[in-house]
Amino acid sequence: MSASEVQTFTPREFHRQAHDALGNPQIRANFRKAMDGLMAKRRDVFSDWDLETLRELGANIRLRALAKLPDLLERLEANCQANGIQVHWAENGDEACRIIREICQRHGAKAVIKGKSMVSEEMHLNAHLEEAGIEALESDLGEYLVQLNEQTPSHIIMPAIHLNTDEISEIMHTRTGTERTRDVDTMTAAARAQLRERFMAADVGISGVNFAVAETGTLCLVENEGNGRMTTAVPPVHIAVTGIEKVVEHLRDVPPLYALLTRSATGQHVTTYFNMISSPRKPGEHDGPNEVHLVLVDSGRSSIYQDDELLDTLRCIRCGACMNHCPVYTRVGGHTYGTTYPGPIGSILMPHMMGLEATKDLPTASSLCGACGEVCPVKIPIPDLLVRLRREAVGEGRGNVPGAGVKRTKKEVAAWKGFQWLATHPGVWRSSTAIAGKLQALMPSKLGPWTEYRTAPKPAKVSLHALVKQHKAKRHQADKADESGEKRS
Amino acid sequence: MTPVKLYPPKPEKVYFFGTCLIDLFYPEAGMDGIRLLEREGIEVVYPQAQTCCGQPAYTSGYHDEARAVAAAQLDLFPEPWPIVVPSGSCGGMMRTHYPQLFAGTEHEARANEVAGRIYELTEFLLHVCQLRLEDRGQPEKVAMHTSCSARREMGLGETGPALLARMGQVELVEQARATECCGFGGTFAVRHPEVSAAMVEDKTQAIEATGARRFVTSDCGCLMNIAGRFEHQGKAVSGEHIASYLWRRTS
Repeated sequence: MSASEVQTFTPREFHRQAHDALGNPQIRANFRKAMDGLMAKRRDVFSDWDLETLRELGANIRLRALAKLPDLLERLEANCQANGIQVHWAENGDEACRIIREICQRHGAKAVIKGKSMVSEEMHLNAHLEEAGIEALESDLGEYLVQLNEQTPSHIIMPAIHLNTDEISEIMHTRTGTERTRDVDTMTAAARAQLRERFMAADVGISGVNFAVAETGTLCLVENEGNGRMTTAVPPVHIAVTGIEKVVEHLRDVPPLYALLTRSATGQHVTTYFNMISSPRKPGEHDGPNEVHLVLVDSGRSSIYQDDELLDTLRCIRCGACMNHCPVYTRVGGHTYGTTYPGPIGSILMPHMMGLEATKDLPTASSLCGACGEVCPVKIPIPDLLVRLRREAVGEGRGNVPGAGVKRTKKEVAAWKGFQWLATHPGVWRSSTAIAGKLQALMPSKLGPWTEYRTAPKPAKVSLHALVKQHKAKRHQADKADESGEKRS
Repeated sequence: MTPVKLYPPKPEKVYFFGTCLIDLFYPEAGMDGIRLLEREGIEVVYPQAQTCCGQPAYTSGYHDEARAVAAAQLDLFPEPWPIVVPSGSCGGMMRTHYPQLFAGTEHEARANEVAGRIYELTEFLLHVCQLRLEDRGQPEKVAMHTSCSARREMGLGETGPALLARMGQVELVEQARATECCGFGGTFAVRHPEVSAAMVEDKTQAIEATGARRFVTSDCGCLMNIAGRFEHQGKAVSGEHIASYLWRRTS
């Protein structure tokens, strides 16, 4: 799409948005090419690893952290405070926005520079700050482009993956006056120059967190561009914002998760930068912020935590491999989902944040092919969780997801009850399959959406049940004939 | 990861769970599976009271209904014989999801016991029967689409191709993105028809690009989807259940 069009997306319009994306050759090509590349890179980088053992380790580290979550959060808070990091708790996105805005206002901030943070996207932090007269500028290159284009990220790791070189050139030209070019280095250099000035002028830097280490009070930040380091080191105040599930127990838990994260996400052995933030600037140090804040956001996470099955959702380390490998995401792209987190992880996470009423089409937007669960570095059983949310949506779950039961309709319940009755009455089942075969000619050649793209399957004239009966009868006769033959001889 | 499975020696008898799709649309594929087993000297018992494994209701979230249907199938296999299923999708449902579905219910122990005896047909032919195949067909190229449930849920990405490799006149060609879903996904094809259509379109293009004029699959859901797409476009690529293909060329 052109740089001047502003489109908004909502999960309520998944079908329409999917229709539009499927009909957009540029979107199709951009995602297919990018996802093929990411899948190949991941496969190659893990080729000489015992991946199953590493995934098992990663899953266990995350399970252990979640098992001790309340305790670890308290230890994280205490150790961060001992390091001089100020810790804030936010029950929801609005509260987190308010906390961050108040810190900014206390420092008279007019401009903040942001490192990449999906949690800040989740709470629409930029819009909130803008309303308070504080300009928030994204410094991750992809986020910067998306912000220039007045869009939202289409991927959690590569926010501008839906754009190709020409589109990016056009956006930079229209929004920043950069000369049109197809040379990526030229564009990157231009963006770098534009951002460098803003780093120097920013009053506050805001970042996310990849791993928060409870035993040491350390905030780990994984990135490639150096903007994360600039965001957290240059402005006088650094605010880190993260979901409460990002805590791990030990520092030694970080290397395996980091090894899994970078390889699963972008196929890299390591990222260019790995930041460990453990305090504000100490006396005698020459750089670093004077204040460091950590804002821990719940936003529905503790409600997910209450359910021993859905809890697995919180293992996620946000690598994006599930979307890279998802045949649905690959075809419709990230915006189609209309949610902060798209793809399989979004479909199991967003119903908790937005309710099933708004997100009811997401858990079904999967063929349950299992590719997401197969590549998940912490072994989240994503397909099982999709099925669990389908249960919740039709009112046959445990009822602890907002909007549970919203998809339950009399018509569909009647259909499944009918299926149940038929499939538990074998005699009726056999005669109805026989009837279907006999009435073959009367079968509609149009079966709704199926036959727009495929021919309709034709019921066989004789069912397998009947064929087996005939077959057994023949064999029985043959055996009898053999027996009598034997007797005669 | 699928745990290492120790396969039993070839038994005298097996149960055959034909699946509802085969019962209704592809009964010959079921018969060919039975014939392949009988040729190995195995008596095949087909319980006439079988209907459906319950998967359509299960994946749609209607677990009470799925459980009732599945419970009716649990009664069909009283003897300790292996249960052979000519579908990775239904096999995966019975092996993986029956234990989940009946956990904490009165049927739990029986569901686990039945699940432990479930074998997908190609798995059984390869690992239990150690099937030998004498290919009497003409030389030809064939593509195979292994269903996602056979590949990922049951860990059987290689059993179909391994059987085809025993066919002297068959050249197995691999389509691009062979491990990607064909877009069937049961009710997915109905709930998200356009996305499903885009997926099957890519799958048919990839198969066609191999130059093979025939593809085989071990799941009739995928077969109905992929072959239905080829037929809709009037393409001269035909599909077949792998059981029929193996039987036809070796009988």
